[in-house]
Amino acid sequence: MTFSLSRVLAMMLKELVQIRRDRLTFGMMVGIPLMQLLLFGYAINADPKHLPVAVRDADGGPVGRAVIAAMQASQYFDVTLLPATEAESEAILAGGAAQFVVSIPPDFSRRVLRGERPGLLVEADATDPAATANALGVLERLAAHAADRDLSGPHARLRQGAPPFELIVHRRYNPEGETAFNIVPGLMGVVLTMTMVIMTCLAVTRERERGTMESLLATPLTPFEVMIGKIVPYVGIGYLQVAFILGTAKLLFAVPMVGSLALLSAVTVVFIVANLAVGFTFSTLAANQLQAVQAGFFFFLPSILLSGFMFPFRGMPEWAQVLGEALPLTHFLRVVRGILLKGSGWGEVALDVAAIALFAVAAGAVAIRRYRMTLD
Amino acid sequence: MTDAIRVTGLTKRFGARTVVDAVDLRVPEGRIMGFLGPNGSGKTTTIRMLCGLLTVDGGEGTVLGLDIRTAAAAIKRQAGYMTQRFSLYEDMTVGENLDFAARVQSVPGRRARVAEALDRMGLGGRRDQLAGHLSGGWKQRLALAATILHKPRLLLLDEPTAGVDPQARREFWDRIHGFAAEGMTVLVSTHYMDEAERCHAIAYIAYGKLLAAGSVAEVTAAAGLAAADVSGGDPELVRRIKALPSVETATAMGAQVHVAGADAAALAADLDRLAAEGLSWRPAPANLEDVFIHLMARRPDPAEAAR
Ligand SMILES: Nc1ncnc2c1ncn2[C@@H]1O[C@H](COP(=O)(O)OP(=O)(O)OP(=O)(O)O)[C@@H](O)[C@H]1O
Ligand SMILES: [Mg+2]
Repeated sequence: MTFSLSRVLAMMLKELVQIRRDRLTFGMMVGIPLMQLLLFGYAINADPKHLPVAVRDADGGPVGRAVIAAMQASQYFDVTLLPATEAESEAILAGGAAQFVVSIPPDFSRRVLRGERPGLLVEADATDPAATANALGVLERLAAHAADRDLSGPHARLRQGAPPFELIVHRRYNPEGETAFNIVPGLMGVVLTMTMVIMTCLAVTRERERGTMESLLATPLTPFEVMIGKIVPYVGIGYLQVAFILGTAKLLFAVPMVGSLALLSAVTVVFIVANLAVGFTFSTLAANQLQAVQAGFFFFLPSILLSGFMFPFRGMPEWAQVLGEALPLTHFLRVVRGILLKGSGWGEVALDVAAIALFAVAAGAVAIRRYRMTLD
Repeated sequence: MTDAIRVTGLTKRFGARTVVDAVDLRVPEGRIMGFLGPNGSGKTTTIRMLCGLLTVDGGEGTVLGLDIRTAAAAIKRQAGYMTQRFSLYEDMTVGENLDFAARVQSVPGRRARVAEALDRMGLGGRRDQLAGHLSGGWKQRLALAATILHKPRLLLLDEPTAGVDPQARREFWDRIHGFAAEGMTVLVSTHYMDEAERCHAIAYIAYGKLLAAGSVAEVTAAAGLAAADVSGGDPELVRRIKALPSVETATAMGAQVHVAGADAAALAADLDRLAAEGLSWRPAPANLEDVFIHLMARRPDPAEAAR
């Protein structure tokens, strides 16, 4: 089979002309990232206050009461429940009646005054990390000084140095204790999955639906040339989306970017190609544009649900994790978060990138095998 | 003289239906072959098989000396196929469509050739117009322009003049003859008899079977039909003539009725009986339409027959 760069170029230019004229696709390219950023960004910006708190005070002493009062005063916490037993507080947290359970152990006040630095246990329902992150930050600051008034006179020396008691925070149901910064980098992968798969799938089925496939097939273009010619313009579009999302993430949400953006760009191209190959494969199955969009969502939903974007990956049952590992988005999320937040280098991301590349090659091979040169 | 198209036993099945049934076709180089047949007879399917757009279920042969079963890619580079339904990009301009066609065909001196094609087809003034905004006739010109850009040796035109006005149709055919004069071979499907008459040869297909092939004169002579023009009757005349056993077709043409039948003697006898009632008739040459209806009448629709 021959390969001609000039035919691929012809295909690419043609796609670009059509993309430019197609308002709907254009709207999708800009609208989807914008909408998602604003929606999810709003969730990030929301700094939830007055979160319900259950307090199990087994001490009843002044220091414990001072801590509770300080929590109330911070506006972040509302003490709504007073469970008596550990089982009761467990049930409250599990049922979601309170976001936090504060357990003040017996003899807490006395041991603080003796300078023993007893533990104060705070259990947080961290399934939604965005909801608890700020409140927990506030709690840590106020814990240091909540007992200052009680530590007067002979106990004043306890005010210096380490807090008079040890704040033990358990982030429950979400061992990673993911922060809100997870979401915006993750959004990059989600937006790319959604738009890239659907757009290529549409680009091919449109040819069939409008009858232009007949002319296209009558030209010397080979399936591989058609695929490359259709995919490359969308890689460019994918990059525009990425730049847009990263810019917004930095400007609006101050998402940290510790790692190398060059490495991120390199990985992104592999991920975009993987999604485009999926879209191309779907296009060989879909008879019309409606089916193409449906197929796109068929891929998009598990991606968004099982990749660790919506729910913490390690919190999922094993079978869901296995499915998740098979999706390129899962690996891309790890890579993006790793690079942006932890400053991961090539060594740390190589395995995930290899997984994405493997997926891209497999999907591309299926697409080429399925793309028919004839009309039957 | 070599043949641009030479296929035997060409067959295509869709599921259990045989849509093209053992068709033999020969088109010598530089000739214009008209391809006729009723709707759904398999013209488009045959053309698609010739240019490698459909896989062949049976038969063999060559197009431009290349095996249709194995050399589809090479055939596509040397043939130009104009589809029945407009299949260029409606959301691209005339110029962009031609530019794309020229690029995928790796046309040398692309810009000049596109400009030349625009000029030749009188499309120059519409270069920046969206193809989707062109009227039917102009779309056809654009499609033809895109088809001939790479100077193909064989043109496969599928009903290129459907819905085009007579003036444009005439110009279209003048161009086709121009191409043939340059050495191109043309296979053109049509439903118009006047267009068939402008072809060097015609092939007639019905229900997937090739029923007749040759020059118009040959096909007409081979059918052995007798025909006549009857005049002087009332509007009821056609119905009465159609009822005559020897008459296969009767068509009102203004004040006259054109009739044809296979048995010349019986036809003359029947018409003489009418003449006794004050009508007049005189023998006339059978035309292509008579021939086709005659051929169809002898071949009942297999779908109908199965019922
Ligand atoms: N892809 C297909 N799948 C199934 N049947 C098909 C397909 N393409 C064509 N047919 C059938 O094959 C028959 C021949 O169709 P074809 O388009 O070749 O006829 P045609 O002679 O070009 O008709 P027309 O003059 O109306 O264009 C028709 O009955 C049609 O329904
Ligand atoms: Mg047809």
